[in-house]
Amino acid sequence: MMRRNKTVLLSVPYILWMVAFTLIPLGVVGYYALTDPDTGAFTWGNLQALGTYLPVFGESIAYSVVSALICLVLGYPVAYFIAQRGPVAQKLLYMLVMLPMCMSFLLRTLAWVALLQDTGIINQILQALGIGQMKLIRTPGAVVLGMVYNYLPYMILPLYAILVKMDNRLIEAAEDLGCTPVQTFLRVILPLSMPGIVSGITMVFVPAVSTFYISQKLGGADTVLIGDVIERLFKQGDNANLGAALSLLLMVLVLVCTGLMNRLTGSDGEDVVVV
Amino acid sequence: MSKELIRLRDLTMEFDGERVLDGINLYINDHEFLTLLGPSGCGKTTTLRIIGGFLTPTSGTVTFDGQRINDVPPYQRQINTVFQRYALFPHMNVFDNIAFGLRVAKVPKEEVNQRVNQMLETVSLKGYGHRSISALSGGQQQRVAIARALINRPKVLLLDEPLGALDLRLRKDMQNELKRIQQAMGITFIYVTHDQEEALSMSDTVVVMDKGRIQQIGRPEDIYNEPKNAFVADFIGESNILDGVMLSDYKVRFFGRTFDCVDKGFAPNESVDVVIRPEDIDIVPPDGGHLVGEVTGITFKGLNYDIIVDFKGFKWLIQTTDYHGVGESIGIRLNPEDIHIMHKSEYSGMFGDYSSYSAEYDELAEGADDEAE
Repeated sequence: MMRRNKTVLLSVPYILWMVAFTLIPLGVVGYYALTDPDTGAFTWGNLQALGTYLPVFGESIAYSVVSALICLVLGYPVAYFIAQRGPVAQKLLYMLVMLPMCMSFLLRTLAWVALLQDTGIINQILQALGIGQMKLIRTPGAVVLGMVYNYLPYMILPLYAILVKMDNRLIEAAEDLGCTPVQTFLRVILPLSMPGIVSGITMVFVPAVSTFYISQKLGGADTVLIGDVIERLFKQGDNANLGAALSLLLMVLVLVCTGLMNRLTGSDGEDVVVV
Repeated sequence: MSKELIRLRDLTMEFDGERVLDGINLYINDHEFLTLLGPSGCGKTTTLRIIGGFLTPTSGTVTFDGQRINDVPPYQRQINTVFQRYALFPHMNVFDNIAFGLRVAKVPKEEVNQRVNQMLETVSLKGYGHRSISALSGGQQQRVAIARALINRPKVLLLDEPLGALDLRLRKDMQNELKRIQQAMGITFIYVTHDQEEALSMSDTVVVMDKGRIQQIGRPEDIYNEPKNAFVADFIGESNILDGVMLSDYKVRFFGRTFDCVDKGFAPNESVDVVIRPEDIDIVPPDGGHLVGEVTGITFKGLNYDIIVDFKGFKWLIQTTDYHGVGESIGIRLNPEDIHIMHKSEYSGMFGDYSSYSAEYDELAEGADDEAE
């Protein structure tokens, strides 16, 4: 009992922090979402108005899912490659993956603007080569590119963490039992890396679905994501109450998505069977 | 025995310039139970992994049924492996683990079911098909590993210290079980262990290895009774190893006395190692013995006592069923067939002296064995 009391004591600072900066703000968001912007009276109006934003939600989810899948396809081989290297090379490559994260997110995105814009570096090269200018920026492709570029490390790291722990003898056992390298991958390595895939997808999807900066800088006028809408509602002073309602919905959406992903693979990832 | 199945010719293996196998020559017959025996780091597991296809030898050839298979990947070999600590697939239940090889080979579903169920019975795990691997005991996991390998009806089964993680009692049971399965299914077993008793009791042929080289190949009886050098004599059971001189055929001199023996073919007056097994020594009253010594230590071992006897400063280990207290003077007699003569080797003088022997020391050595992979 004594021990337990002491550990509770240790977690007090964090609990206070959580209450002050997570729970209370969450309550404020809930309060705003359920009150009228003009009168301050209780209303379901904000939540009822959310229906008009469903297409924006759909678009945000589509962009995030596509980005997460591209990150998976790009990130898995990289993670596998790193996990197979020697300890020194592993540390170095791990650092390289982390390196872009040391730079400001805003700077990274602005750098892509410089690269992609109509008079940007890429287009200058294309013109010099005689290929001519291409429309690169303000396209859906540029938004996906921005998301993949910014969130790829979040995919690689959990995949690497699980692949580096994988028991090499399991791979040998599969080969021993007649698996070609491709079969070994599909029947043993991939199912065993499911927990890493799930956490990687979650870690890319969650920030991507709520981003606004990437779509503002790299997307066209028609690319409006849920993050953009929320930002506008708050910053341009239109309707913070509606913005709060949208935030709540987004949060529920993210929670449902992560919950579904975890359910899909079983809590510890051991129940997954791919045949 | 029957025809040759696998041959290793002049096999060497180097890791980062360090030579771990040095000129291995060995053939393995069909249906044979062959054991690679040696201390950790002797190269036995490396040899097994080369046969399994997980390592490619630095030089030399591996042939299977007359075909060179150096570069054949594991999945194309008619060989299956029972891995050290089993390497069962944690994301599958018992049934799916055992069925793995058949499913990869696209065996029809009904046949898979029938063969897996039959195999579950063979390894006494009937009704365990739906258990998860983590819910099994060590002995049960071990039997799943054997079933998973055997169900593919391989020509050769490789076993890498398969009983190492089991307790003594279970180990004995599984030894009998493995021998029975090997005989019933008529499969060649290549077995790796550092446990000499296991090797002697299970094998048709024992290959004793040390420092990446084969020290001796032979039937268990030959290895035990006619060790080739001091290393083999010491590793296969306890041995008193003494310096001697081979005067002529059937005559050996040691401890200032000439003994009759059954060995011949040595050069006149060649220096040799003389091996005397602790259980072969007859204890007699001091006045009737070839040699007389004083008991300096005694340990009760259950079946017998291990006594340490000092003969002119050289301490012997003798196993006897009679109690002889410390300080007692005893005589010993040696029969010609109990004296084994070996040529001198790099191992001469390294083993077979029990001066530093104590029960505590013995336990320490066993503890170290258990820790070794």
